[in-house]
Amino acid sequence: MKFALQKEKIYSPKMSENQIFTDFQVVGLIEEKQINFNEALTGKNFYLINIWSSWCEPCKDESEYLLELKKNTPVMMIGINYKDKKKNALNFLKLYGDPFDQIFIDKQGTISINFGAYGVPETFLVNEDNKVLKKYIGPLNDEDVYEIKKITNN
Amino acid sequence: MRMFMKLKKLLTIKILIIFILISFNLKNIAMASTFSEEQTINITKNLRCLICQGQTIHESNSDFAESMKKYIKGQLENGKTDEEIFSSLVEKYGQWIVYDPGISRNTLLLWALPLLLFLIGGAIIAKKIFRKI
Repeated sequence: MKFALQKEKIYSPKMSENQIFTDFQVVGLIEEKQINFNEALTGKNFYLINIWSSWCEPCKDESEYLLELKKNTPVMMIGINYKDKKKNALNFLKLYGDPFDQIFIDKQGTISINFGAYGVPETFLVNEDNKVLKKYIGPLNDEDVYEIKKITNN
Repeated sequence: MRMFMKLKKLLTIKILIIFILISFNLKNIAMASTFSEEQTINITKNLRCLICQGQTIHESNSDFAESMKKYIKGQLENGKTDEEIFSSLVEKYGQWIVYDPGISRNTLLLWALPLLLFLIGGAIIAKKIFRKI
């Protein structure tokens, strides 16, 4: 009974061999420039892809964890702004801080499906070969941040 | 007067041709869109809504299902086949997303069990019959 209650309710596929699909077009939130997502994943050993939105309550609490990761890890932070309005998204970043190196918009939620995401917030730790090392469904917490730091700082 | 009649006739023919062309085009457009719509429905009916309780993507109005419907429409517009869409989604979300799981190491028992039970049952019946004889 105890174990059943502790079990993860959302089904998640095993991540051992998963590689994210990156060959699709994305548009930047700030400059609104269209690029291939492949181009965004260059020059670093690790990438943290975070799906967020200004209307997502848990994303507000998650901001401080993302800012900490930005400060203390060599990871490239990529934000995917999910089904949001530009004005609201920019206000959110102003209010809670901007941890991202690059932000792309996902107006219809279809870009997130390319990553195998369920909704917001969701975070993927990806290596240079586009392999998903960790997938976090829901907001990041202290344990997740510790784990990401451990993987990326080694 | 004759000239006027000739012009009127010509104009009628032209209008008729325009109408035929327009209706033919509209029919073609309608046929193309219903085809794609039907295909979208067929695919979404075979996909499980992963964040809902016992609903298909087609039945669900959740955020996830709505995004998935748009994603599938986009894939069909890009010329992807049903199989290609299913296999790419299985790759992203695992076998659980499809209602019809293919034969794999994990589902082998599921596929083989009915056949095994049938053979064992048949063997038990045959043994009883032959014992009586």
